[in-house]
Amino acid sequence: MISNKTASLGEIRKNFNWRNHTTLIGFLALFLIATVMGWPYFLRTRNLITLLRQISYTGIISLGMTLIIISGGFDLSVGSMTAFAGGVAIFAMNSFGADSPGGVAAGVLTALIFATFLGAINGFLITKWRIAPFIATLGTMSIYRSLVIYFAQAGNIESINKGYGIIGSGSVLGLPVPVWMFFIIAGVLHVFLNHTRTGRYICAVGANEQVARYSAININLIRFIPYAITGFTVGVTALLWSSRLNCVNPSDCSGYELDAIAAVVIGGTPMTGGRGSIIGTVLGAIMLGMINNMLVLAGVSSYLQLAAKGVVIIVAVLLQYKK
Amino acid sequence: MKKFLLVCLMAAFAMGGVFAAGQQDSDVQTIGISIPSADHGWTGGIVWWANKRVKELEEQYDGQFKFSVVTADSPSTQIQAVENLMAIGIDYLVILPHESAPLTPIVKEAHAAGVKCIVVDRGMSETDFGYVNLAGNNPQMGTLSGQWLAKEMMAKSNGGNVISMGGLPVPIDKERMDGFFAEIDKESSITNLLGGDSYEFANWSTQKGLELMETFLSQYPKIDAVFCQDDDVLRGVLQAYKESGRSDIHTFLGGAGSKVVMKMIMDGDPLVRATVTYHPMMIADAIDYAVAVALGEKSDSFHEASSPISVVIPSVLLTADNVADFYEADSVY
Repeated sequence: MISNKTASLGEIRKNFNWRNHTTLIGFLALFLIATVMGWPYFLRTRNLITLLRQISYTGIISLGMTLIIISGGFDLSVGSMTAFAGGVAIFAMNSFGADSPGGVAAGVLTALIFATFLGAINGFLITKWRIAPFIATLGTMSIYRSLVIYFAQAGNIESINKGYGIIGSGSVLGLPVPVWMFFIIAGVLHVFLNHTRTGRYICAVGANEQVARYSAININLIRFIPYAITGFTVGVTALLWSSRLNCVNPSDCSGYELDAIAAVVIGGTPMTGGRGSIIGTVLGAIMLGMINNMLVLAGVSSYLQLAAKGVVIIVAVLLQYKK
Repeated sequence: MKKFLLVCLMAAFAMGGVFAAGQQDSDVQTIGISIPSADHGWTGGIVWWANKRVKELEEQYDGQFKFSVVTADSPSTQIQAVENLMAIGIDYLVILPHESAPLTPIVKEAHAAGVKCIVVDRGMSETDFGYVNLAGNNPQMGTLSGQWLAKEMMAKSNGGNVISMGGLPVPIDKERMDGFFAEIDKESSITNLLGGDSYEFANWSTQKGLELMETFLSQYPKIDAVFCQDDDVLRGVLQAYKESGRSDIHTFLGGAGSKVVMKMIMDGDPLVRATVTYHPMMIADAIDYAVAVALGEKSDSFHEASSPISVVIPSVLLTADNVADFYEADSVY
């Protein structure tokens, strides 16, 4: 914040270090490229809203993932977790019978609570049993996916409740519900990370665990919290996704973990942890969406979209590289 | 520990004895069924139909047949699955291969060992040995889809704009899309919005269909009809259309014949009025074929032949007139 309103332009220029704003610069550059490549469709309101809706599902998860990566952890299981929590939520709801309003409430609560529980399992394995995050979540990724396929007997898990579908396809003030959730959760977690003691502890633990331990921080608890929060964000996405189609296919949401991690990395949070930015992750998630959107609008083969994503990830990390 | 190992060994011997006894029991015919594990709606249907049919046949021919259904989630695990079946000892192998090429050697091996093979849905990559190739008719599925959609488009919008999605870049998918476009191209007033015979791949996934359709809706202000070749994909496509608030598209056509879409046709959905079957029930037909050969109702001479014989399950166009005959309320697909 520049409190001194009379700061001359020259001073601002002197104090402006572009290295601190690579994410924003990259975002604006990509926005320009997308505008040109996707002309005239890209800038249309409907397209921008569609783009935001498309990225909000993995975007919401990437907010939790940001905290995990800042704390020095990692989570590969979020995609499987989403499908699993969504499936279990529909099971819970269907047990109330067709079209029951109580069932909708049960489905919503089940998605949020069950996914938080699944995230807590990850946190438990990593903090209590001291399994490396990469390994532990590689394991739970397979377990959660396999369980949802087993429960579903591989078919679609169909909801018998028409009311449920309203949640995921609704709009408020012209913006889809998932987009609102994305921005609201981003706001809450931004405050949590930057303006609470626990948020600062998460940074401290990720930066240097030994120093944090000498400062009498409860390391296990602080490392556990981001996994539970990520579980909750997964629950929100699971709820939004499963209600949107009013069914879950057990193979849904595979690859979410990679998109979530990519958004975090593009958003300027280093994989080594210790610092990071929720706002950067929001920009990162939108950038990923812009890449796909502009390539499709420009008629570029869908096979090249992954390559473009890869290039952007690498360029983003190069730009953030500080000597 | 030593004691425990000894117990394990004894148990293993006992089990081996049971298996050996099973193999000597010559009047019981063993039919091994190797299928992909369910990874999307259609393969889910395959697993469901295989288990359903096996249960029915076990009841019908009490103790006369031994069935063994094994699922595999990749070509390499499927190879192991077939090896395991051969180790147990099978007389018949009904297999829906994940991919033709990697599974061909093991099926040939089974054939050489005297196992009579029925290959479902896609053929083997070598055709110099005798097996039954039982499959749906992919080109016909595309042709029927193209014919019906072209007719609807001419009637409702005098031609107009169509947009299409395929499944994955594999041969069966290409056969379907080629068949479809051959029909569409006959009508000069129908325009493919993606140009020529181009289409995008929706991976036979609801999620991907939804994403693609969202983008198409941003990109093309006027669309008259959508072909997405698969009823799972169709659900995602319809959801994207519903959310867009547009009302310009008059026809959506998926394919394969899922229960959900059949129900839509029965209930008179204005946008979804047909589907073309390529039904997972074909695995049950293949198991029936093996049983018929074992009972002597069908000839087993295919096994000695120098090339496969082909059994085609035709695709059927389902509309409001005939959909009720195909609807199976309990099916997972």
